[in-house]
Amino acid sequence: MTLNAAGGGLGADVAEAVSAAHRDHWATVLANAARAAGGNLSIAEEATQDAFLAAVEVWPKTGIPGNPPGWLTQTAKRKVVDALRRAGALQRKLPSLHAPDEFEEEQMSTLELLDDRLRLIFTCCHPALAMNTRVALTLRMVGGLSTTEIAAACLVQETTMAARITRAKKKIAAARIPYRVPDDAELPERLDGVLAVISLIYTAGHTASASVTLQRRDLASDAVDLARMLSVLAPDEPEVLGLLALLELNDSRRLARETPEGGIVLLEDQDRGVWDRRLIASGLAALQLAYQRLGPSRQPGRFLLQAGLAAVHAQAPTFADTDWWAAVLIYDQLLVVQPSPVVALNRAVAISYRDGPGAGLVAIDALRDDERLRRYHYLPAARADLLRQLNRDPEAAREYRAALELVTNEAERQFMEQRLAGLDPS
Amino acid sequence: MFLIYRDEAAFVDAPPTPEVFQQMLAAHLAWQESVDAGGGKILAGEALTDTTTATTVRPQADADPIITDGPFAETKEALGGFYTVEAEDLDQALAFAKTLPTNGCVEVRPVMPTRG
Repeated sequence: MTLNAAGGGLGADVAEAVSAAHRDHWATVLANAARAAGGNLSIAEEATQDAFLAAVEVWPKTGIPGNPPGWLTQTAKRKVVDALRRAGALQRKLPSLHAPDEFEEEQMSTLELLDDRLRLIFTCCHPALAMNTRVALTLRMVGGLSTTEIAAACLVQETTMAARITRAKKKIAAARIPYRVPDDAELPERLDGVLAVISLIYTAGHTASASVTLQRRDLASDAVDLARMLSVLAPDEPEVLGLLALLELNDSRRLARETPEGGIVLLEDQDRGVWDRRLIASGLAALQLAYQRLGPSRQPGRFLLQAGLAAVHAQAPTFADTDWWAAVLIYDQLLVVQPSPVVALNRAVAISYRDGPGAGLVAIDALRDDERLRRYHYLPAARADLLRQLNRDPEAAREYRAALELVTNEAERQFMEQRLAGLDPS
Repeated sequence: MFLIYRDEAAFVDAPPTPEVFQQMLAAHLAWQESVDAGGGKILAGEALTDTTTATTVRPQADADPIITDGPFAETKEALGGFYTVEAEDLDQALAFAKTLPTNGCVEVRPVMPTRG
């Protein structure tokens, strides 16, 4: 325990302890407060914020408690009781619910902690909430991100995001969305929605879509953690294991993917020596387990197939050694379960690596009339790249310019401008 | 069945003060008594929370129903409540509907006879 001189401002160690507790224990404190508030997330969230504020005020005087999450949980629960008392909802029950003057440090088992966080996730990802609302709520409630951070990650105005979150909390309360983990019968159906949210959180974390450098916590790591938690809850669900494998395999390339200046390094140019071997091993193990659980008679779902693609790359010692036959086969299967033009486009790119840029161009050109790809910058960007390889520079330049019209990501823009500048304009 | 449609945005953006809300409740109670006094009978009635709290279940031909956040139809005026009123005939029903204390619209629909 560290003791700080009272009144000396917020010492560095107190500030660090508060921010560490915020990073590691926000969801646990909130989940406990939510239970005390009978599932009222608005009251629980306010109480949790108040508890962290109290820590900032009290810890410099009393010292950092031995069990910061216990202290915060106890404080948040007391704030919940205060809030309920103010709301008058507890008038008759109050005598039996007195708040202790001294906080009791609670020791909770790992399973209880897990259960609390899962309960939060399933409430935030309830099918009665719109998908973009689920992502926002999960980031707020489970990730502890501020409204500003969520707005930046989701590319919407802060006021819009604030209204979305307020409205979602109101709906949870008014429509009585239950605060619980679904039972075994409902679980497979409900897992789908949660997996989609976790996948979106990961994507938001690893593609900085805005042109600014986002000051936010590591969303990608949060998403991997959430997938791990779900795999503990549903260890036999192939899609849960598939998502975990997918995120771990993608995350293994994190250090190789970006230049120190924030630019993109393409898969083919990445230094495979800095890929995280531990994450790759773990992802491949999850993938193997997923296929065992799937058995021979069931079709793999989209996350399992995407994990298969990530595994093809993870196992190739060099880009040239990539098993493009396997990749195209997996894309064929993926197109069946996820018939999206984006998947078809990626399949065409895989064909170009397997059979050459000419064959890839034929596959891509089959997609050119798809309305859904009209605003999608990867289509002209992929064509441009193939035309460049075929030494058709003027056409490639035209496609790069078309792609630059559509792109929003600054790193991708710079990359394409470089490529464009390297072409022979004649 | 009296279906009450009202401009929900106005209600949500400027929710009534507790005093105004009490006045509204009192007006409804008075109206309910006036229906009874006028020879009608109120069988049921509820006020609904606004459509931001709604969830819609849409059946699919070959798949599980789709659940979406929000009301069935996004319209300016939304269903805000209903009464089931027993009346002699449409004229009597319309007379009751005219006096219903709401600034919204009231759609009057016969209930389909399903019992004996």
